[in-house]
Amino acid sequence: MSAGAAPAPSLPRPSGAVARAARMLLRAGAIALLAFIIFGPLANLLLWAFAERWYFPGKIPQEFGFAFWGRVFEPRGGAVQSLVTSIWIALLTVLFCLAVAVPAGYALARLKLPARAFILLLFLLPQAIPNLPIYVNIARMFYELRLNGTVAGVVLVHASHGLVLAVWIASAAFAAVDVQLEEAARNLGAGPWRCFTSVTLPLAAPGLIASAIFVFLESLDEFTGTYFVGVPDVTTLPLLMFNASMGGNYQIASITALLLLVPSIGFMLLVERFLKSDVLAMVGR
Amino acid sequence: MTAGAAGRARSISPRLAGLLLVSPALLVIALFFIVPLGLSVHSAFTDKAGAFTLAHFAKSFEYYGNDMVFTVAIVLLSCALIAAVAIAIAGYLTLGEHPRTKAALRWLYRWPLFIPFVVTGQVMRTFLAKNGMLNHVLVGSGVIEPLAAQSLLDWRGIVIAFVWKQAPFVTLLLAGAMASVDPQHVEAARNLGAPRWRVLGGIVLPQVRGTLLVGLVLSFVTMLSVLSVPMMINPNSPTMMTVDVAYRISTHGDYAVANALCLVSLLFGAAGAWVYLRHAVRRAEQVS
Repeated sequence: MSAGAAPAPSLPRPSGAVARAARMLLRAGAIALLAFIIFGPLANLLLWAFAERWYFPGKIPQEFGFAFWGRVFEPRGGAVQSLVTSIWIALLTVLFCLAVAVPAGYALARLKLPARAFILLLFLLPQAIPNLPIYVNIARMFYELRLNGTVAGVVLVHASHGLVLAVWIASAAFAAVDVQLEEAARNLGAGPWRCFTSVTLPLAAPGLIASAIFVFLESLDEFTGTYFVGVPDVTTLPLLMFNASMGGNYQIASITALLLLVPSIGFMLLVERFLKSDVLAMVGR
Repeated sequence: MTAGAAGRARSISPRLAGLLLVSPALLVIALFFIVPLGLSVHSAFTDKAGAFTLAHFAKSFEYYGNDMVFTVAIVLLSCALIAAVAIAIAGYLTLGEHPRTKAALRWLYRWPLFIPFVVTGQVMRTFLAKNGMLNHVLVGSGVIEPLAAQSLLDWRGIVIAFVWKQAPFVTLLLAGAMASVDPQHVEAARNLGAPRWRVLGGIVLPQVRGTLLVGLVLSFVTMLSVLSVPMMINPNSPTMMTVDVAYRISTHGDYAVANALCLVSLLFGAAGAWVYLRHAVRRAEQVS
């Protein structure tokens, strides 16, 4: 990708203008190639989403249209139902995660904790081990508890996954609040709770909102955990997409995939304004 | 310590308060990570009568030994390619001298970052197929003969999907780390006449090794447990262990062998996880 590499020194030195033009072409070529690698697959998805008929050896669909969109959105298509389920699960997951992560994040940022390193390690653990054994055995636990195939079960799985991220972002958000402001409020007679709700919390709010968005998206996109715990009654959008794709129905799968891409890409374009890149890098997996 | 903590100290000790505030989160981790992990170990090592056995592992290696090698090979190859792409892009973003190329690159590379794996699987399934856009473009531009067009939906498809999805993640981390390398080091080397690739390899990369390592370890662990991509691109044997685990459960209800397989993949991930945890805890302690 180092498109701007200097011309090989062994060649006879071309005139400055020619060398510049050659480098310009090389750079443009490399960028165009990368653009194809990134957007080619997405363009293919778009074609499938609007293909009415597309069979071999047509390079593009023989017929374009919206017939499959109608089928996806009609009640029997299940997309609307899945979308509602997905959003409902994601909202509950956010509520659960914030309720648990805000106190934990505050404590990690501001209070002395015994065995602090060990607690930090526990909060990192879920990121550092393959999640498959977790999902498989949570599914077994939930089967005993009759939580399999329920929204509550799926929310718990999504929340335990999103929690790690939520705690880390919340902790960073609280750590960034200026202690002197809290001290000023306390000196003016505010109690600890009043100080927290009217000074600390509002100042940490942007970070907390960011963590809520992350958890929401993680839940919306989650597949493996839902696959094991949600069956057979809870069908989220990723599961609907997967089933359509495995059933060979590429139009339906592509339309559902597009629905899933909208929040992800919208978020990508917005989020950089209020989060640093190393936190950003933790999502979308 | 802080005013908030001092205030709490009047009623309860700040340590206890901290522990109380952290405990719900710890409880969730314990219930939904530690307990399932324990169940996994228990189920993999006990037979139906509850006695200790290694039979499930023997069966795993006998049936799925090939898939284990296949899985590790695919994930390692993907990591190597991800590292190459990330170093190239982050390197150009740091050392490149053409502002418009850098801007275009920065805008381009991160698109797959937020695209879920399951969507990546679907996207690649159509793009890499024999009748997919990749072959049409290659044939149309004369790179390959029409008859040479082949489906890439095998191990190559999995590797391509993984690299496409994970390389932006590592690039983002790496570019962030490279941006904080002291520009004077780079300038000094450039003034002494070192070409940019030597500055990248000799000066910038050694300073961001830790970040690269963390990004690769996280990608390694993530790819080990992705179910959707191998299932959609290459579900037939040899395939990745995640597909085998899902198959053992959905077709045979065989949790014992599934858990043995899980533990084997956990073992693969453990080496990487150790490196990551050490690095992350050290950094977290430095911050606080």
